[in-house]
Amino acid sequence: MNGYNFAYLDEQTKRMVRRAILKAVAIPGHQVPFAGREMPLPYGWGTGGIQVTASVLGASDVLKVIDQGADDTTNAVSIRRFFARTAGVRTTTHTAEATLIQTRHRIPEQALREDQIIVYQVPAPEPLANLEPRRAETRQMHALAEYGAMHVKLYEDITRFGHVSISYDYPVMVNHRYLMSPSPIPAFDNPKMHMMPALQLFGAGREKRIYAVPPYTHVRSLDFADHPFRPTCAPAMCALCGAGNSYLDEVVTDDLGGRRFVCSDTDHCATRQAETA
Amino acid sequence: MAYVAVKGGERAIDNAHAWLAESRRGNLDNPLLSLEQIEQQLGRAVDRVMAEGSVYDRELAARAIRQAQGDLIEAAFLLRAYRTTLPRFAATEPVETATMQCRRRISAIFKDLPGGQRLGPTYDYTHRLLDFSDDPAPPPAPGVPAEPTPIPPVHVIMGREGLLEPDPHTGKPPADLTREPLAFPADRSSRLQAIARGDEGFLMGLGYSTQRGYASSHPFVGELRVGEVAVEMTPPELGFAINIGEITLTECQMVTQFRGSRSEKPQFTRGYGLAFGHNERRAMAMSLVDRAMRAEELDEPVSAPAQNVEFVLSHCDNIEATGFVEHLKLPHYVDFQSELEILRRIRTEAGDGA
Repeated sequence: MNGYNFAYLDEQTKRMVRRAILKAVAIPGHQVPFAGREMPLPYGWGTGGIQVTASVLGASDVLKVIDQGADDTTNAVSIRRFFARTAGVRTTTHTAEATLIQTRHRIPEQALREDQIIVYQVPAPEPLANLEPRRAETRQMHALAEYGAMHVKLYEDITRFGHVSISYDYPVMVNHRYLMSPSPIPAFDNPKMHMMPALQLFGAGREKRIYAVPPYTHVRSLDFADHPFRPTCAPAMCALCGAGNSYLDEVVTDDLGGRRFVCSDTDHCATRQAETA
Repeated sequence: MAYVAVKGGERAIDNAHAWLAESRRGNLDNPLLSLEQIEQQLGRAVDRVMAEGSVYDRELAARAIRQAQGDLIEAAFLLRAYRTTLPRFAATEPVETATMQCRRRISAIFKDLPGGQRLGPTYDYTHRLLDFSDDPAPPPAPGVPAEPTPIPPVHVIMGREGLLEPDPHTGKPPADLTREPLAFPADRSSRLQAIARGDEGFLMGLGYSTQRGYASSHPFVGELRVGEVAVEMTPPELGFAINIGEITLTECQMVTQFRGSRSEKPQFTRGYGLAFGHNERRAMAMSLVDRAMRAEELDEPVSAPAQNVEFVLSHCDNIEATGFVEHLKLPHYVDFQSELEILRRIRTEAGDGA
């Protein structure tokens, strides 16, 4: 695009972001502060993910952008266009074709490969924020691996409700060391992070933090021996492709309680429909 | 099918943008607002956008205001997103506000003082009566000095007795949170930078809260000045400072009580406010909040929101705040779905069967 560098950010800024990414990869799950820039999209709409993507994107990359699992949601369209316009890279909706996937709130159903990078948009990188709002304190809690407060929170959930009531942004332990927010993906997606062959990068623009899970890293959703982690999903099958093991959106069809369930991952659903057709 | 209606699409975005452009322009019979008109007749809006957009450029700010239909936070956002792409060649020398060519200078703590009181162009004593006459051209104003003179700042006048704390000199270069992430505890230079571009309304609310008992510091306007200062920089190949232009600034020195501490004698302390352009509300609110955030340094109890540095700095930026508040408009149906499922499960397991 005229007057702007490849992928919008200037090269100095990209280098700064890549340094933060390298540090993040070296310390899996640790939040690395970085001098986040203002982006031409608003904070809270993916600026962290966009800066990470802009910094690792190359001219030969093939980019896929999803929001809520879908390629055609408005914000996914907007971000994909942003890179098509500022970097001129090829874009795709097919998970298997993409070399770089930027996502908000989902991990694709199809298993990712070693030659792929997934970039998560993160609104609130600090998993302890709801227990301790002061970042100066939480930083120390991470340094000392002092995660008792989170275990107490889970325990209190179990005593009140019979099980943990966190359904998305379910906290994980990365590499047996750092407590990490997986971003607001449904807990259903958490197991996909464990030993994933692809590099997982997380960008939080407003909070100015980057963190990472390198390929083949141990990622465990917090739980107790007698209350193992249980991801939830609607007990139904996709109305379009018949999938019984994918994450489902609930679509309300009338005002009489009528509803149907469809795959949240539109590419997965479309691929399955094409195969059976 | 409902499914299609739920999800957005490229055409929907294109159409929305086209509609926005049409409604922004309004009736085509009316001429397009010129940038000069906005710059001159909506000058205070331009000043606010420059402060929160964090770049001194009146024409760019006017352009942003027009593009944002007068939504000043949106305009500041446009400016910020532009400034961040600009290469940085060098830093200027610190501006010297003591040599400001003041068009306005008032002090609320002395009836008269060297340099005098100068009201300048102020709304302070206007009666807020809507003017229904579309006055085409006001007569030339009397009393505008042809050549404004520098006025010594009140803290210099007052400082000799040691009753007022002197200017701090840390010797360290100031922080720059556009290049380094904000970290806590934050030193005063990062605090001042953050609130200098912070939301005017948020700062005013916090400043107001200190006046109503939440971190009271008994403030007095030591001095408020508005005028032009020279901007100088030293090119490495020259080795001496050259003047590269001038900018309009509003500066507030808020004088506040201080009871003294174990190590310090009692003296008046200062809160500092500085704003691009003519914006007294911003400079004054900033100085109140700056002083409140010095509580810990001055051994005062830290209990009120305005004294909580992390609270103030994490929430004062309206570009960050508006983005995150408004992002709730984005789809959240994956998260909401998982909440639905867990609520259903809890209700089922509660065994009511209802």
